[in-house]
Amino acid sequence: MAIKTFLLQCWRVFARPSVHFSLGFLTLGGFIAGVVFWGGFNTALEATNKEAFCISCHEMRDNPYEELKQTIHFTNRSGVRASCPDCHVPHEWTDKIARKMQASKEVWGKIFGTIDTREKFLDKRRELAEHEWSRLKANNSLECRNCHSAESMDITKQNPRAANMHETYLFTGQNTCIDCHKGIAHRLPDMHGIDPGWSMKTSAK
Amino acid sequence: MKTRILIAALAFLAAAPAFVTGVVAADGPAGPKLPSGPHPITLDVQAESTHREIVDDVKNMRNYADQPPLIPHAIRDYQIDLNINKCMTCHDRRNTQGSQAPMVSVTHFQDRDGQTLGTVSARRYFCTQCHVPQTDAKPIVGNSFRDFDAVLGTAGREGGK
Repeated sequence: MAIKTFLLQCWRVFARPSVHFSLGFLTLGGFIAGVVFWGGFNTALEATNKEAFCISCHEMRDNPYEELKQTIHFTNRSGVRASCPDCHVPHEWTDKIARKMQASKEVWGKIFGTIDTREKFLDKRRELAEHEWSRLKANNSLECRNCHSAESMDITKQNPRAANMHETYLFTGQNTCIDCHKGIAHRLPDMHGIDPGWSMKTSAK
Repeated sequence: MKTRILIAALAFLAAAPAFVTGVVAADGPAGPKLPSGPHPITLDVQAESTHREIVDDVKNMRNYADQPPLIPHAIRDYQIDLNINKCMTCHDRRNTQGSQAPMVSVTHFQDRDGQTLGTVSARRYFCTQCHVPQTDAKPIVGNSFRDFDAVLGTAGREGGK
């Protein structure tokens, strides 16, 4: 009963016309506040979408980031580098927000130290990897394709082995990038029971 | 007196290699290439340029029948550990149809007592202990190896008779 009267009181305050402030102040003030809020929100969002933010936690800095440093996505002949969010956060706004909401679980993990030692990280690695595999499988390897599009892939420039594989599995739509290219930027977890993308078992599906 | 001359001569001989090296180094990049052996610690020697990996997918002839075949493709970041053997994702018996890669030799299916196993023996697990990729580097040291046919003088003859 008390809650009902409280809510009713709130509604009355909210619905009553303003006594002290002009309509112009309220609309313009509301507009400016909106701009500030929206700008601030997006700035904060962008700040959490940077490599520096990801590796500000030791879990990420000492494990996946250290491994990334050795791979071709970090250092290569052309000097293009993929940083954490390039592969792990969708670039489109709505998808990005959805992923960010999902990532609130990671804040929980950080607070309660789910992977705060190397051993805990290694124990959980298969599960963490599986999440990323299924995410990339579900969105048809969207984050790979932000840079590597099948349309602009000139397979005559690839060695015959790679060209053949892409023709057989990628261009036919049978497989997506992640089916074959697992563990390209990080070390792989225990892979027992996981067949490569070109194995007859996965291809027959 | 004689001993002193002998000692002086020996000292000169001992110093001679260092002297020669110094001269060579003074020539700079235009001079003959420094051997990779010891040279004065104060000398700045330009690092040799790195060599390109040969990744053309062309099988190399083996110099002798038991030679582990060379790897003709890039193996950067290939993981071979308790979690996964990246090589075997293609060369394993179960995966060769999809990958069209050569299957690991049956010699790998035996343990050290000659017992045949169902899969690759643990002692054969670390591929790069024997199988290596090549670069375009020229050998630093000469090699007088001749293969079986060259030794017998039967090169080019059918069946090696």
